[in-house]
Amino acid sequence: MIEVKNLKKSFEDAEVLKGISTSFEDGKINLVIGQSGSGKTVFLKCLLGVFEPSSGDILFDGRPFGSMGKEDRQQLRTEIGTVFQGSALFDSMTVQENIMFPLDMFTNMTYRDKKKVVSKVIGQVELGNAEKKLPSEISGGMQKRVAIARAIVNNPKYLFCDEPNSGLDPSTSIVIDELLTYITEQYKTTTIINTHDMNSVMTIGEKIVYLRNGIKEWEGSMHDILTADNKYLINFVYSSALFKELRKTLLEKRQNL
Amino acid sequence: MKKLLTAIGEYCLLIKDSINIPQKRNVFWRTFMREVNDLIINSLGLVVFTSGFVGAVVAIQMFNNFDASSFPIPTAFVGYATKAVLILEFCPTIISLVLAGKVGSYIASSIGTMRVTEQIDAMDIMGVNTPNFLVLPKILASVLFNPLLIAISFVIGIFGGYAAGMITGNWTSTQFTTGIQMYTPNLFYIYAFIKTVVFAFLIATIPSYYGYTVKGGSLEVGRASTQAVVWTMVFIIISELVLTQMILG
Repeated sequence: MIEVKNLKKSFEDAEVLKGISTSFEDGKINLVIGQSGSGKTVFLKCLLGVFEPSSGDILFDGRPFGSMGKEDRQQLRTEIGTVFQGSALFDSMTVQENIMFPLDMFTNMTYRDKKKVVSKVIGQVELGNAEKKLPSEISGGMQKRVAIARAIVNNPKYLFCDEPNSGLDPSTSIVIDELLTYITEQYKTTTIINTHDMNSVMTIGEKIVYLRNGIKEWEGSMHDILTADNKYLINFVYSSALFKELRKTLLEKRQNL
Repeated sequence: MKKLLTAIGEYCLLIKDSINIPQKRNVFWRTFMREVNDLIINSLGLVVFTSGFVGAVVAIQMFNNFDASSFPIPTAFVGYATKAVLILEFCPTIISLVLAGKVGSYIASSIGTMRVTEQIDAMDIMGVNTPNFLVLPKILASVLFNPLLIAISFVIGIFGGYAAGMITGNWTSTQFTTGIQMYTPNLFYIYAFIKTVVFAFLIATIPSYYGYTVKGGSLEVGRASTQAVVWTMVFIIISELVLTQMILG
């Protein structure tokens, strides 16, 4: 479980996060949503320790990140898997080497054992025969799968994904969402996903945190969103004419029941 | 001024974090061997080409100067002068400047691209000591193997000077080899290799700093790469003056 307590982050004079408090439970898909510039990425990077918060604290299963020493942070980081928006695969390594990298760095497994684990993970993310290819030789969707495989190969307790569906076609996005749901259930990870993808919001958001101008404007689940009374949230989630129509229909259906 | 001091501080911290025991020796060994290939073996062609031609040019210029001299200088001295120029200046300094351009831009752009595509962030979040993982193999590959490149450059330069005489007919094989066999103080070699090691360290670390601290996109990576090459050359020239005064002065 990850608890965030009154998290603030400023860059020079600009306050990007203005005191966010929330919690993310184990084995659940937690989504962080919001317009561009709402502070989602800064929030995620504070959780990951890329940015040092200006104030507030983050607790990983009760362990306060802010007051941790260098070694404790290093240890905690081995429990974190991350999927970046641009996949962040290592260009000079093959798919197999990319996935094996955390095992190479943080375990004393033999090459044969590492190969076994990597083959299993490659099977889970359905990468087929791509293991000898370089990241530049595979599609964007496959790169995302490799990034997910690399993030989960070390059995992380916490999985962070920044816009995992960006740049993917709708059907590949669904596949990635299903994969993340499967992994969260299988590995019992605390999964936090930054997303713009409304399909993800409607289908996998067990907990949703909506940020607006650096403030937590709303939180709830995908089931609560339909009846939420926050106008900013409604305008954001149901921004297109199609989604507005869908909401209207669903609300009518619910009233008739 | 504040910017300069910040940059110097950041550079020193990067070096401090780099020079540590590697987290995993087998991974480090693999990365080190790749750097030896990228930084040293891939530079061999350029070093051989440049050294051969410049050795020839130096020998021809020496011959012309001696020929035009008002008092007679034996032709054998062409070999000696070529050797001295190559040891003292051309091989360690000019080849290091050439490598600063070739290797420096490669280091800055490869690390810079890793930075802007979040590959370094990904490693940091995993718990990898990224300066140690990315910079230390480059420092060791350069510091350990650049002297070998310079030694090869010296041999090829001498051969270039020899070949120039054979082609132009200005000096004989015997005259040139007599010249290169003349006594050269050991201090010249020590001076050349000390310079090479210092320059190798600068070639590996200054571009690494520029690549590691780049912010933005591909345009900024390009700018960082150019700045890295320029500042590496500037520091090579400044440190040469300091070392020359310290060792030969």
